[in-house]
Amino acid sequence: MSSNKAVFKERIIKQILTAFAFSSLLFLFLIFAFILVEGLPLFYKAGVKNIIFGMKWAPTRGFFGIFPMIVSSFLVTFGALVIGGPLGLGCAVYLAEYAGRQQKMFLKPALELLAGIPSVVYGFLGVLYIVPFIRTFFGGSGFSLLATSIVLGIMILPTVISISYDALMSVPRSYREGALAMGSTKWQSTWRVVIPAAKSGILASCILGMGRAVGETMAVIMVAGNALKIPGGLLDPLRTLTSNIALELSYASGDHRLGLFSTGVVLLFIIMVLNYFANFVIRRTVIK
Amino acid sequence: MEAKILAHNLMVRFGAVEVLKGIDLEVYKNMITGFMGPAGSGKSTLISLVNRMIDFEDGVHIQGSLSIDGEDILSKSVDVVGLRRRVGTVFAVPLPLPRSIFENIAYGPRLKGITRRADLEDIVEESLKKAVLWEEVRDRLQVSALKLSGGQQQRLCLARTLALRPEIILLDEPCSGLDPISTAKIEEALNELKKDYTIILVSNNTKQIARATDFSAFFYMGALVEFGATEKIFTNPSVKQTEDYIQGKFG
Amino acid sequence: MRVNPRLTDTLVRHLLNMQAYFTVGILVIIVFIIFIKGISNCSLSFMLTYPEDMGRHGGVFPAIVGTIFLVALSILFATPLGLGTAIFLTEYTKESLLTTIIRFGVESLAGIPSIIYGLFGFIFFVIKLKMGWSLLAGALTMTIMILPTIIRTSEEAIKAVPKNLRIVSHSLGATKWETTVKVVLPSAAPGILTGIMLSIGRAVGETAAVIFTMGSSLRLPTSLMESGRTMAVHFYILAREGISMEKAYATALVLVMSILAINIFAYYMMNKVTAKYS
Repeated sequence: MSSNKAVFKERIIKQILTAFAFSSLLFLFLIFAFILVEGLPLFYKAGVKNIIFGMKWAPTRGFFGIFPMIVSSFLVTFGALVIGGPLGLGCAVYLAEYAGRQQKMFLKPALELLAGIPSVVYGFLGVLYIVPFIRTFFGGSGFSLLATSIVLGIMILPTVISISYDALMSVPRSYREGALAMGSTKWQSTWRVVIPAAKSGILASCILGMGRAVGETMAVIMVAGNALKIPGGLLDPLRTLTSNIALELSYASGDHRLGLFSTGVVLLFIIMVLNYFANFVIRRTVIK
Repeated sequence: MEAKILAHNLMVRFGAVEVLKGIDLEVYKNMITGFMGPAGSGKSTLISLVNRMIDFEDGVHIQGSLSIDGEDILSKSVDVVGLRRRVGTVFAVPLPLPRSIFENIAYGPRLKGITRRADLEDIVEESLKKAVLWEEVRDRLQVSALKLSGGQQQRLCLARTLALRPEIILLDEPCSGLDPISTAKIEEALNELKKDYTIILVSNNTKQIARATDFSAFFYMGALVEFGATEKIFTNPSVKQTEDYIQGKFG
Repeated sequence: MRVNPRLTDTLVRHLLNMQAYFTVGILVIIVFIIFIKGISNCSLSFMLTYPEDMGRHGGVFPAIVGTIFLVALSILFATPLGLGTAIFLTEYTKESLLTTIIRFGVESLAGIPSIIYGLFGFIFFVIKLKMGWSLLAGALTMTIMILPTIIRTSEEAIKAVPKNLRIVSHSLGATKWETTVKVVLPSAAPGILTGIMLSIGRAVGETAAVIFTMGSSLRLPTSLMESGRTMAVHFYILAREGISMEKAYATALVLVMSILAINIFAYYMMNKVTAKYS
């Protein structure tokens, strides 16, 4: 009977699908393996302290200090959160609690389309509009922590909005109705009941937004000014970990290139920590 | 009378819950056998053993034996896909696939490797006729099956099962959601079909069992309480429980 | 002093409303600027002619072709892998430690920034596998990058297919694979297509991962092993090196409009799926 053939075929298909499913793990392993293999040796050679806390980046002369870049990455990420966080949360709350059906049908796709605009376009418009604006009204060159924070603040909006919107929407309706039935206004029920109930998801949206900001490259290169020092103020230029890699990878060789991979190791570490926290926060919500 | 299906000391547990407690039963060839009993009596579980749809449940433990034509169908080595082609099933709710009437019925035959259009057309016509649906849909075979009424959909599902040319047809409360006219049409179809098939009809409706079956089995709490000719069961049951159930005192 | 809750409610409602429309306003302004500044230099001949003098004059034909090649190849690689993974996770296995680990891998891939993909693609495909800056190296890097999107959207689409359809198919003597191919995938197709469209949008707009793997040659790539330039990379170079603002705007116009069209189509497909099952 042909059924043996069918059973055999099913078994082969299952094995192929299993192999496909493992491909993601394989790719993840390869990425980590190659970044670490290229990036770690320099930590032995030049010293962990000299790289992570070193102030001077002159890879062709043996200086691999990326401390200013680590600080700058954190600063722009924090700046992006300050600008994009409240705005994104406001949008999410409006969409989830206030907007009518018709309004939602228009607003939600429009806000999601922001995520589709390529980062180079954000950077380009930042250079042409935000940088000159800052130069004219606040002084300096305009290529600055402030300009980078504004551009990144806009870029993290879709992440913040969509994840906190989902968190708000997953709050059971009975919570809202309970609060409203007791004579609360819409805002009182939102502020005292809905937002506290969704706070883990909102927190996760901010952490993932930070992940997006710390990993962003092309837009940052264009507006940050790429100076190799810790910015002293909002109007000072800076260089992030990501920009450092992208600016120099195309011509670097030898230890210089290894230095860029070391930069990548630090970046990957920061991203993993952020993702771990976001996952941790989300999982805690699910269990609750 | 020849036994088509034979269950011997059949026990099923879902985790710690016993749903079948040692069933011994013969289902005769070319007869309609009715399974009745209140919800949770184990009649649907028994059906899902015959077509091995129970494989999709988790945590099932099975003991005892169940055979079709003397062949054990619970063993690991049995060809389940082939078995399901021999045992056709009609479910409680009509479940048409989201495709045309024609393609719904041709689904099973195509899987068996029948691809010639003329052959498929013959099978579709023959199956629809046997399910008493042909006259109503003959002009619109390419219309989506979802457009049919509930009663028509259920007869379509019967036709789709017949198109497999099975030996056994299992109907799991096929009329629970249908109006009396559709129910009558299904019963009419079954009466014709028993010449060629062995049929098991699961129903909560004792009147339907009385009308449409030759033999009846009454299940209660996972046990087979009484089995016999339908006429005897309904006129002179030997167990008090059966009598109470038939008279609608519980269930 | 006591604040009137009714008044606060009204004020907050207006404030949040303003925030939402302000954010949409950002999108409108971006599209508006790109459109106004780009339209005068953007024409059919701009899209169909070769660039001259590093892109200072002429069109963007090779970049458009480069983009299409890159996107087509990465979708070609990523769709079977991603769809296969999604089918495995939903149809062929039960929730277990294994699925948790695979999902962890997918989530982790999704969180990795594009510059890390660039770095990895550069060292692995370009250097170690000796592909050089090439279409193939770019497409393979992009494949890994879009894989999580395809897996997640396909998985959701497959999960949304009612269980009953699978049961019916099995009861009619179909194997698991036959059920998957003939019943599950056709029902899940719009959702799967949404994932593919979103991935295309992502690949079209990507720069950091592409520039270090596919390179930035302005010639028309004629084989898998040749370097090429995508629209996004071309735009980045025009803008960053100040080659030509007019051409940069025109390139941005083509880029942004195609991405918006792709994303709007994806959104439309997704709505159709949601409407179908709710």
